[in-house]
Amino acid sequence: MNRETKEIISIVLLVFFPIILFFASFLMGRYPISPIDVVSTILCPAFPQLEVSPTITTIVYEIRLPRILAALVVGAALAVAGAAFQSIFKNPLVSSDLLGVSNGAGFGAALAILISGANVVTQIFAFIFGIISVSITYLISRTYKAGGILVLVLSGVAISAFFNSLISAIKFIADPDDKLPEIVYWLMGSLASVTMEKLLMIAIPIIIGLAILLLLRWQMNLLAMGDEEAQSLGVNPVRVRLLIIAGCTLLTSAAVSISGIIGWIGLIIPHMARMIVGPDNRILIPASLSLGASFLLLVDNISRAVISIEIPIGILTAIIGVPIFLYLLKRGYSEWS
Amino acid sequence: MVVDKLFEAKNISFSYDGERIFEDISFSIERGDVLCILGPNGTGKTTLIKCLNGLHDVDSGEILVNGKNIRKLSFSEISKHIGYIPQSHVPSFPFTVMDVVIMGRAPYLNLTDSPKEKDIQIALDSLKTLGIENLKDKEYTNLSGGERQLVFLARVLCQQPDILILDEPTSHLDFGNQIKLLEIIDNLSKAGLSIIMSSHFPDHAFLSSTKVAIMKNKRFIDFGTPDDVVTEENLRKAYSIDVKLIELDNERKVCVPLKTNLKLDL
Repeated sequence: MNRETKEIISIVLLVFFPIILFFASFLMGRYPISPIDVVSTILCPAFPQLEVSPTITTIVYEIRLPRILAALVVGAALAVAGAAFQSIFKNPLVSSDLLGVSNGAGFGAALAILISGANVVTQIFAFIFGIISVSITYLISRTYKAGGILVLVLSGVAISAFFNSLISAIKFIADPDDKLPEIVYWLMGSLASVTMEKLLMIAIPIIIGLAILLLLRWQMNLLAMGDEEAQSLGVNPVRVRLLIIAGCTLLTSAAVSISGIIGWIGLIIPHMARMIVGPDNRILIPASLSLGASFLLLVDNISRAVISIEIPIGILTAIIGVPIFLYLLKRGYSEWS
Repeated sequence: MVVDKLFEAKNISFSYDGERIFEDISFSIERGDVLCILGPNGTGKTTLIKCLNGLHDVDSGEILVNGKNIRKLSFSEISKHIGYIPQSHVPSFPFTVMDVVIMGRAPYLNLTDSPKEKDIQIALDSLKTLGIENLKDKEYTNLSGGERQLVFLARVLCQQPDILILDEPTSHLDFGNQIKLLEIIDNLSKAGLSIIMSSHFPDHAFLSSTKVAIMKNKRFIDFGTPDDVVTEENLRKAYSIDVKLIELDNERKVCVPLKTNLKLDL
């Protein structure tokens, strides 16, 4: 591919595609809404002379819009965090839940469902335990003298496994008639129960997390050269990495808290983005944001449209993501090794 | 206070996990000096280089950069004075040469900044100085060892330092590229940069160095001008083999290791 073709593909895929997909997504669902209805409903607040039926307004604003926004936000958050982790751990095979955030959040959610059952409690517990598990991972890795990246990754694996067994323990004691299915369903990942209120609750961590990662994206290039080189270039690798991990953790915990565990986005989207725009994080991070957002929205549309019962989106991202990942791995392995 | 010594190490020692790596090393260099540190494998040259660069803190003694203790300087202050090229680099993502070279501007940018037009110009100038502007859009992971070393040199030039610290800069280069690199070093020192490098080749000391140190058993066993230090006797002490020094016509010396007549019982 020459440079110009690549540029055209990037612009179409990263700018126009998400916009078209955003509007097209309003058409998906059981109640038929025409494209004209969608446009006039969205423009209605600005142009009151447009006539829209109240049913359509309700469906567009209260059912479809929150869900579309949630898919965009969750997809973007997981993809950006994954891209940042891959860069700062110098490893293209890690993903956003490397340091245990997903299983931590999963445990928080399971615990909340067990003891309370209120949606808002589940969301808060998931968010907080996501952060707690990454903090434990980080603190453990700091107690080793010859710390560095490897110890951090291995502590992440250990803490992840630890929380995973706590999740199993909760499933084991949960009431199999109501609590257990709820926990299992949450862990599969879904955007079905997203509301505007839930979205507003994660707005602040998402905005802070994205701001940190967007502002520090050039520093990620420096960290990708290894700690010693980064330090010789004037960067404090430990401090900058901690900031980036904090940003990623805010994003991932917030995303998981409303969607449950949605795998593979944080692993494959950064790869796809890297194939389109290259490894420079100044472009890769915004590209992952756009691609992650549209990928999850697309998969969510598929999960609603393909068959009459709704498939949990976490299952679909894996079913779609694994073949894509294997294909990319085969094609690009030499470039990353 | 008159600071004529650009860089000075005073009685520095370093241990790792209770094991002494080097001890009681002192030297100083001035503007335009090229110091070549020679010594056998495993004698602690790389660790010494990392201490000189502030990557490790010494246990005792002090390192002065422009008269200031390196421990009191922040990483970014150090990197404005000292450019460092490690002995080996584990390649990461396939960044373009330009992306890599412009990283040398990091000491001058805030945490949240990206390089500006001015930085791009400085990076282009460094590439031009080394004659590799044609590589600018190539992936640095696909370059030959010689080209990659030039890319890292361009990156440290971007840092606009006073001192370059190079850990065996010729170790991954072929026969011809070794000489070219030493000539580049010679040019840079004449342009006012001071250079500290380690090397496995005593010949290199004659090619571009103004000062030589020989490191053996954790210490400098000799320090001075190449002619005074790179002697048959010192080389024998350092490498435990006999070495013949030969003077070429144009008054350049070369060192030839003599055969040890090693016989393996096979």
